[in-house]
Amino acid sequence: MFDIVWLVPLFPAIGFILNGLFGRALGKKAVSWIGPSAIGLAFLTSILIFFELLKKPPSERFFERIIFDWVVSGSFHTVIGYQIDPLSILMALVVTGVSFFIHIYSVGYMHEDPGYIRYFAYLNLFVFMMLNLVLANNFLLMFVGWEGVGLCSYLLIGFWFEKDSASNAGKKAFVVNRVGDFGFLLGMFLLFTSLGKHGIWTLDFTEVFANANKLDTVTVTAITILLFIGACGKSAQIPLYVWLPDAMEGPTPVSSLIHAATMVTAGVYMVARCNVLYSMAPLSMAIVAVIGVATAIFTASIGFCQNDIKKVLAYSTISQLGYMFLGVGVGAYSAGIFHLMTHAFFKGLLFLGAGSVMHALSGELDMRKMGALRKKIPITFWTFFIATLAIAGIPGLSGFFSKDEILWQAFSSPHGHFVLWLVAAVAAGMTAFYMFRAVFLTFFGESRVDPHVAHHIHESPRIMTIPLIILAILSVIGGYVGVPHVLGGANHIHEFLAPVVGGSEPGKSHAALSFVAQAWASGGENGGHSAALELLMMVISVVIALIGIGFAYLFYIKNPTLPKLLAERWKGLYRLVYNKYYVDEIYQVLFVNSLKKLGVGLWRGFDDFVIDGTVNGIAILIGWISSVMRRVQTGLVQNYAFSMIVGGLILLVYYLLRTIFY
Amino acid sequence: MKLPEIDLYLIAPEIILTAFGFLVLLADVFSPRTEKKGYLGILSLIGIVVAFFYTLPLIGSGKSGFEGMFTADGFALFLKVTFLIIAFITILISMGYAEREGIAFGEYYALILFSTLGMSLMASGTHLITIFLGLETMSIAIYVLAGMLREDRRSVESAFKYFLLGAFATGFLLYGIALLYGATGSLQLKEIATYIASKNLLRNPMLMISLVFLTIGFGFKIASVPFHMWTPDVYEGAPTSITAFMATGVKAAGFAALIRVFFTALPQFRPDWTSIMWLISVATMTVGNIVAISQSNIKRMLAYSSIAHAGYILVAFVAGNDIGISGILFYLMAYAFMNLGAFTCVILLGKKGEENTLITDYSGIGFKYPLLAASMTVFLLSMAGIPPLGGFMAKVYVFSAAVKEKFYWLAILGVLNSAVSVYYYLRVTVLMYFREPQREITGLQFSPASVLALIIALIGTFYMGLFPANVLSFAQKSIVGLM
Repeated sequence: MFDIVWLVPLFPAIGFILNGLFGRALGKKAVSWIGPSAIGLAFLTSILIFFELLKKPPSERFFERIIFDWVVSGSFHTVIGYQIDPLSILMALVVTGVSFFIHIYSVGYMHEDPGYIRYFAYLNLFVFMMLNLVLANNFLLMFVGWEGVGLCSYLLIGFWFEKDSASNAGKKAFVVNRVGDFGFLLGMFLLFTSLGKHGIWTLDFTEVFANANKLDTVTVTAITILLFIGACGKSAQIPLYVWLPDAMEGPTPVSSLIHAATMVTAGVYMVARCNVLYSMAPLSMAIVAVIGVATAIFTASIGFCQNDIKKVLAYSTISQLGYMFLGVGVGAYSAGIFHLMTHAFFKGLLFLGAGSVMHALSGELDMRKMGALRKKIPITFWTFFIATLAIAGIPGLSGFFSKDEILWQAFSSPHGHFVLWLVAAVAAGMTAFYMFRAVFLTFFGESRVDPHVAHHIHESPRIMTIPLIILAILSVIGGYVGVPHVLGGANHIHEFLAPVVGGSEPGKSHAALSFVAQAWASGGENGGHSAALELLMMVISVVIALIGIGFAYLFYIKNPTLPKLLAERWKGLYRLVYNKYYVDEIYQVLFVNSLKKLGVGLWRGFDDFVIDGTVNGIAILIGWISSVMRRVQTGLVQNYAFSMIVGGLILLVYYLLRTIFY
Repeated sequence: MKLPEIDLYLIAPEIILTAFGFLVLLADVFSPRTEKKGYLGILSLIGIVVAFFYTLPLIGSGKSGFEGMFTADGFALFLKVTFLIIAFITILISMGYAEREGIAFGEYYALILFSTLGMSLMASGTHLITIFLGLETMSIAIYVLAGMLREDRRSVESAFKYFLLGAFATGFLLYGIALLYGATGSLQLKEIATYIASKNLLRNPMLMISLVFLTIGFGFKIASVPFHMWTPDVYEGAPTSITAFMATGVKAAGFAALIRVFFTALPQFRPDWTSIMWLISVATMTVGNIVAISQSNIKRMLAYSSIAHAGYILVAFVAGNDIGISGILFYLMAYAFMNLGAFTCVILLGKKGEENTLITDYSGIGFKYPLLAASMTVFLLSMAGIPPLGGFMAKVYVFSAAVKEKFYWLAILGVLNSAVSVYYYLRVTVLMYFREPQREITGLQFSPASVLALIIALIGTFYMGLFPANVLSFAQKSIVGLM
């Protein structure tokens, strides 16, 4: 049964080939069927494999399928191979599942677009690459997927490339990601060579992780930090997050799929996949956690002042990714992945909801021109509202369980710290605030919609609303796979992932043990104390979320003039946040302009003169030699025979000399 | 007297090729003159396929026979597979081309089969007489094939030049063989090596001269500098399908014999021939690539390109290690696909009485014949060594073999040469896509057989670039026992 794993990426690949090469010939209708069903089949296959996997005892939940030898060069050997374990299958389920619904949604959303066929070709290609990323059994194939999704992201951000802003955003995403990818590559190289020093030339996950203990801490720290730079690029963390808000230039389902639910979480997946390495490098883990939590609060604050509904969601995504990194950074890999999953549901839904709002308002994005849409587009409203409750961390919804798990781990894990918890908890409150701000501005209050748009506001067609409803259901129930023990749950997801990420590594469990021992010594009551503490923390985080919601209510429902007053009162601060802390401008000055100047200088000075001069000089020289040598070719057989004789004579003389002198 | 042991299964592929050669001749004689001769091509294809299926079961057996004159070891069989692929594609492209040019006689196909037979003997010969017979069987067939376009002066000139110089080179080769026999008293390759080792003949002047003469003889067949001068003239004048056959098949067979003789009979002289081959390799790459730049005829350009490729292959020959020799096998097969493909494109761009072989004729065809131009681009890029195509992996193996044996300069010169070659390969691509057509080329006819050849060549080129491991491991298994 596991043998069919290759079908999972194969279906989207076939979809891509059919849509990409023959889409025009097949026609729009066929493309509308091929695109989503390719993903649907991949989803079904993943489900089958998942249930097959569940039948096995946890320790045997691992399967590798080598498709073929890829590179064989001397002692280096790598394969195209897929691996199934709890982590990869969970990722595959999330990717194919969410993609499937978003593909269906796209059939409605993109229907009028002239690039409809191209769109589905790209989207299928994306899923194919993403599946390679998560199912790969070695770093190299993972990197292929990693680069592949980057390419698709570029293509889809710049989907409407006639618009300058879209093609620029595509370029920006690509360039910023290159910076991160460079780190990833270096990390991979370092890993490869340092294991090679021990005679192990491999990039295979299983072999690498089995032999990781041969590496010293400094090397592992360097490797993991370099890999994390890659994750920062792909998953939009400080300092490489700047591309993601601009990426909203792409079609909204793309933002939903690539820039919220799947691709941007690749970094989190990568860290979780490499948990063996990270657990060996406490410094790297601390860096991951700190960058994560800093990103979470920093971008949440930017979310306060954005008026573009997609931009709010974009910053929210970055902030939530920060949470996931906080989770994996404190060693709570399963909590990070859990949040990744629930986030895929509710954030995917939020974006699709935003798309539905845009659909209703003829493409309007500015929340200042919305309002009171609750009654007019009820399905969109209710689903959007459910997702907002989930992300805000309202008890009972998926986001509550996953976020709370991370918060608790940030506090209690041996790698955690009170400050990490505090910052994350505050950021959670801010999340609740800006998300409810978005809901209130969009769906409540008075209508500020342009009059000529207002009269044809309509709910989206069913092909769009059904995915919304399904994702809303998932946003509610998705958390029940990870209900913590303290609430009487079984935390299935944690146990499910444990063979890959938890308890496998001796150092960590040792640390955890000592922590428990400490709690024992100080508290006197075993377990119960810590459970009480966990409950208390939970209550605090819920209260913080409610405070956030309360403020949002106060500002945007109760007293809508208040935000304006505050903005005028703290004009400087407001402008700072409104302009996203001028990070883009600072980067522009620091990196873009100076690099551009350097580039222009090198181009005019070095390239034009030195390089081109040399190259053209050599080319002219070779051309000249060539035309001279060409004349040797007289066409006369005598000359040709003569050349053979001369050649033979030279060889003879050479031999003679060699014989004499050696 | 003990009769020599005869195992006909060992030479089954050769027997089949011979039989089908005669069958084609007979079929031609007994069919009405006016009839179209397409079925002769199909008959030859069948012969090749049958020979192929008799070659496959021999793989892995490693048997030899005929009193040490003939072997069916992995090396020979890999090359035979290559030759059969080359012959298959050559016949496919001939079916349209020969018809168009009015040379689709029975002997045309028969000679291709006989020539392939000669190649097989060269690969399988473990005795200098077998090898020599194979070489002459191949060469004589090719001399005739080169002059097939009897009405065309250049074709006749090409055949005559090739024949004269070929005879000249054969003289050297025979003389070399004779000297070898004189010095060692044997023509069997292994026996020669044993004798040289036992008597310590490393400073024997007869052997020295013999080595040089053998180098000339084989160097001529593989078109290495300075024994290459015939190549551009002959390649340009010969029918294009035969040019393709020569550039791939004859060259591969030349390498087969060269490797077999030098590695089996003369391993003691390795330091000597390594240093000569170093020089020849560098000269061959450099002259081939540099002169290719200033060519205006695509067939001449590809001729020089084929000289350059011989130089790259010699890099691995100099390295002489496992990776090198298996790399040569890989290279010869990859080169067969891409070069045959490129010549197929050259043929397809021509029509009766209008060959269109000037490089400028390729201007702008990218828009008029997009698939043809795209295929040509693939083959040219592969020859330039651009991933993910077969030519790239071939170069990787060849150069890494040199690096492994610490021939750093050779590898560097090889890579630099590769860089130079990109210029003339890309020039054609640039013309195809970025220049306006200089004159109208219309009315091209794509015969189904040539299109099939093109598809096979494309698949081969991509396959060897994307999944090199399969062919390489086959090649690696094939050279076991040779070294």
